[in-house]
This record gives sequence, C-alpha cells and structure tokens, in this order.
Amino acid sequence: MLEIKNLHVKLEEEDKQILKGVNLTVEAGRVHAIMGPNGSGKSTLSYVLSGRDGYEVTEGAATLNGEDLLGMEPEARAAAGVFLAFQYPVEIPGVGNMTFLRTAVNAQRKARGQEELSAGDFLKLVREKAKDLKIDAEMLKRPVNVGFSGGEKKRNEILQMAMLEPKLCILDETDSGLDVDAMKLVADGVNALRDANRGFLVITHYQRLLNHIKPDVVHIMADGRIIKTGGPELALEVEKNGYADILAEVA
Amino acid sequence: MALAQAKIDAAEARLAALSLPESTGWAQTARADALARLRAMGLPGRRDEYWKYTDPSSLTAPEAPRAALFSDPSDAPVFGEIDRLKIVFVDGIFDAEASDPLEMAGIEIERLDAAMQADIHWAKDVYGVLEARGQSPVERPLATLNTACATDGVVIRATARAEKPVNLIYLHKSESSDAILHHVVKIESGAELTVLENGPAAARFNKVMEVEVADGGAFHHIRTQGRDHERRAVTHLFARLGAESLFKSFTMTANGVMTRNEAVIEMAGDDASAHIAGAALGDGEFHHDDTVFITHDALNCESRQVFKKVLRNGATGVFQGKILVKAGAQKTDGYQISQSLLLDDDSQFYAKPELEIYADDVACSHGSTTGAIDEDALFYLRSRGVPLARAQDMLVLAFLAEAIEEIADETIADEILARLRGWLDRRHG
Repeated sequence: MLEIKNLHVKLEEEDKQILKGVNLTVEAGRVHAIMGPNGSGKSTLSYVLSGRDGYEVTEGAATLNGEDLLGMEPEARAAAGVFLAFQYPVEIPGVGNMTFLRTAVNAQRKARGQEELSAGDFLKLVREKAKDLKIDAEMLKRPVNVGFSGGEKKRNEILQMAMLEPKLCILDETDSGLDVDAMKLVADGVNALRDANRGFLVITHYQRLLNHIKPDVVHIMADGRIIKTGGPELALEVEKNGYADILAEVA
Repeated sequence: MALAQAKIDAAEARLAALSLPESTGWAQTARADALARLRAMGLPGRRDEYWKYTDPSSLTAPEAPRAALFSDPSDAPVFGEIDRLKIVFVDGIFDAEASDPLEMAGIEIERLDAAMQADIHWAKDVYGVLEARGQSPVERPLATLNTACATDGVVIRATARAEKPVNLIYLHKSESSDAILHHVVKIESGAELTVLENGPAAARFNKVMEVEVADGGAFHHIRTQGRDHERRAVTHLFARLGAESLFKSFTMTANGVMTRNEAVIEMAGDDASAHIAGAALGDGEFHHDDTVFITHDALNCESRQVFKKVLRNGATGVFQGKILVKAGAQKTDGYQISQSLLLDDDSQFYAKPELEIYADDVACSHGSTTGAIDEDALFYLRSRGVPLARAQDMLVLAFLAEAIEEIADETIADEILARLRGWLDRRHG
C-alpha cells in the first residue's frame, strides 16, 4: 500500500540531508514500527509523507496505492487516506473541536466525491467514537487541543483518526507524554482500527507502546536510513540492549 | 506658530465650503460654542501627534474626494433578518419614506432638527456636551466641526427596556456626497437599548454619536461599516457612564479607503462596565484607524478594549488606545488588546497602547501583537483534509473570535459572523 523508494530529503532552509535513502513497504492490514535514536529522521519521514513545508525531496519516491504522494498538497494526501497522529498536536484557539472535526470529515468526503454527513449523523458518530476514548462532551466543545492535558491531546488525535478512517495511519511518538492508563486507552483506540484494509506506521522511541500495539514488522532507523528490519523480537532487543549494539553491528 | 496657523486656515477653508445650518435657542448656542472652539483649535494636520499614523488631509479637505458606488445585488441587507426599527439616511439625509415611523414602546425618537427647535429639550444637556468634555486632554476637532455643522441625525431617549433595536441605516447613492450626522442617545436609569448601524453612508462621512448612560442603564451598539472601497469616514463615539451602567460597542469594518473611528468613554459612576471591540478586514487600498480613550474616574469600574485587524495586499491598520485612571479611581479593572493578522508582507499595522494611572489599587493590562497565520495550525488543519483556503478562513475567524464574543446578542453575533464569512468567501472569488 505505502511504497517508499530510495527517499532522500533535506531541510529546505539549510543544506542538511535528513533522509538518505529510505526504502519501506507497508502492506494493508499490517503494522510496521519504526524505532531509532533521536535525530535518526523518524519524525521527518512522517512529516514528508503528510506534506509539511520545509523539506525538499532530492531523490526517490513515495506512493500510496500507486498514487504519487509527494506531489500532492497535504489536504489531498489526507483525502487519499494518509493520517498523521502528531507527536505534538497543535493548539488552535478560537476553532471549536467539533467544528474542526466536522469540517475535516466533510472536506474529505467531498474530495472523494461522497455526500457530506448531516449534522445529526455526524454528531451521532462522533459521540459514539468519543465514548470509546473516554472523551466527554466538554472536551469536544473546547477549542482544538486548547487546555488539553498531554493524554487528552493524544486521545483527541485517535478520535480524529477514528472519524476520518484513513488507509494509512502514521503515529509519531504517540506514547510520548502518556502515563500507563492513557497509553492503554490510546492503544485500544488504535487496535480497534486495525483491519485488513488499513496499514500502520508506528514511530516510537521505546518498546513499551509496542506491548500494546503489536507490530508485524519492526524497523530500526539511524542516520536517515533503515538499517535493520525484523519481527517484534527486534523491539525487545532494543529495549534490553539499547541501540548501541545494533548500530555497532551495522557499522 | 506657522503650524497652528495652518490648522486654523484649514478649518476656515473647510467652513467656507459648508453652509452652516440655521438654528435657534439652545441649539444655536451649542453650535456657536462649537464653532468658536473649532476656530480656536483648527483642523488636524499630519504633524499632529494624534494623527501620526493616519493622514487626516482627505477628512479635513474642503471637498470630499469622490467615491464610486459599490453594489452587489446578491447582498442581503445587514441586520435584515432582525426585528428592528429602521431609520434610513441617504447620503446623510433622513429618508422618511424608507424609515419606519419613529415610535417604539420604551423610547422617544426624534429627528435632530425637531429636537433643536424645541425651547426646552433633554438633548440640550448632551448635544455637544460630551463632545466638548472629550476634547481634553486630546483635541478632536473633527468632532467639534460636526457639532457646529451637523445637518441631520436623531435623538433617542430610552426610558425603559426598548422592545427592539434601533437600526440606523446609511445608504450611499451619490459619488460626491459629504455627510455630517450627529446623534444623541440618552439611556435613563434602568433602561436598555440596542443601536445598530450599517451602510457606507457617503463618499465622506463625519458622524458623532453622544451617549449618556444614567445609573443602571445599558447601551449596546453594533455597527458594520460598508464595503464601498473608496468611501471615507471619521466617526466619534462619546459616552459617559453612570453607576452600575453597561456600555458595549462592537464595530466590523470591511474595506473603505480611509476610516478613523474614535471612541471616548468616561467612567463617571462607580461599578460601571464598558466594553469596546472591533474587527476590521482590509484588502488593498484600506486604511483603518481605531483610536480609543477611556477615562476611569470612579470606583470599581471595568473597561475592556478588544481590537483585531486582518490585513492583506498593502492594507494598513492603526490602533491608538489609552486607559487613563484618575486619582481615586480605585479597583479599576482595565484590559486592552490590539492584534493584527498580516496575510502578506505588504500590509502594515501600527499600535500605540497607553496606560496612565494615578490610583494605586488597580489592575490594568494591555497587549499588542502583529503576526502572520500560524503555519503549524495551518498544516494541522490541512493534514486533516481541510483545503488551504478553508483552513486559512478558519484561522482568520478564530483570530477575530475574541472581538466577536463581545457581542452579547447571539442572533446579531451570528449575523456578523455570516458577514465576515461572506467577506472571506469573496476573497477567494
């Protein structure tokens, strides 16, 4: 489903190469985890796939079900099925969470040629999904992420994901800032979305999130490349020995 | 000296181009007094400190610069869905046929001219009186010119809670119209009134509204300034607030080559509250100046100024806001915020926030910011599928929200929001 080939990316503002030839295939129905030390390029990969400004692709390609992602505007990528759960969800004062969600859902439906959801249908759907994530009506009414705790912000990301039903879910350090209970809630939300038609790219520093969201494949990223790929046991190895051994082994 | 003489010459040149209205009795006295004050002050020039960021020349010139008429047949009239008493002025002249009968339970309304012909009239204690009080410590000669020369207007006295808003509608039908209107409002103790204003008014519009709010009275003011691109306006809102009274004013300005809105508010009675807010949207040839002066001269009063401007394609915004807390005005709670959202590098915003405090037990805060659209927020919205233009509009409306929240009536707030959305939609046209 997601095919990344020899992706090279540098920062637009400075001559600094971040990704140096990433190759990755995520199949529908599978969960891929990317682990790696700070500065290895994990978050950059998530931003480049979702279309954030400030990065220049110097070589390589990324496609989603055959469609060239890199040439698309962020909103077109979203409509095509890409969803990025942010490491730091953005606070937007003055924009109501519900208004935002409904605008997003209907904009995507419109872009795909589907009929927009009525206010009633939308409300019903959002209430149902919010309940599973223990998001109360008060949180839905507040401005987007404003005054939310770290855990609330991440749950709000998963709510958006559940409402938008993307094909490819990219989770960028979703476990950061979460306590054990919140992590379980978020992981349950993600697991509920796992199905045969959806692929996941879970970016994380630590193995602990992967206890809750069980990956099919684990990649280790370092210095802008994927240096090792394996099964879930690779994550356990990192947990036990850190990255040093793997880095040394590859070097 | 030469400078002062130039100002006086400018006033004489302006007066020569006007025919001074005939009046008798109290009105004659008020006008003569204003005329004498104007002749002593002269009209403002570019070198006046108070006009540092706004060139007054097109507002003081003897002839009004022409302004093309703007009409959009798809436009529904502003406040058209609201049950209100309509008072229509065409190029600054009262239009009896287009207006509703000047009758409403709880209020008395007359044309200014009728009030001026009465031997004794309550308006005598307000007309030109609040304007004159508002001349210190800063002179506002264009308001004095208005008191001396206003050709029309209404006087409104609320004695109870008015059953519906009064809507002053200013139509613009002549490209060279030069209108001078003066309204007087008195809210008696415990009474409540909402005044709505809308329309482009004239090629050049000089308007004064004086509002006296007695103890426990409440006055709401919501105004939209029309979209005619070439129109010019200088408006003054003078208010004096009694104890436990409420004053709320909101202005939306969309387009207009030159607008200066001054508000001069005196908190004269204890426990009063004054909120004044503005949302201005400018695209291209647009200069908008909000100049506010709030004087706290009583105990435990609250004042709040919230001004937001969205500027693009070289539009200019100005904010001059002052809170003066006099000695003895303890427990004053003053707040002031002025912000601009610059949608490109060509637009400009000048802000001059001032606090002057002579009491020692007060809480006053002010802030001013200028910035572009938050790129992180924009990307966040787009990453969820919201198209760029829509995402920008959401952030612009979010930026304006704090000002719009100052409108107490939800129906009116919705109407203003719809107008703002309309303006944004046309940008994408």
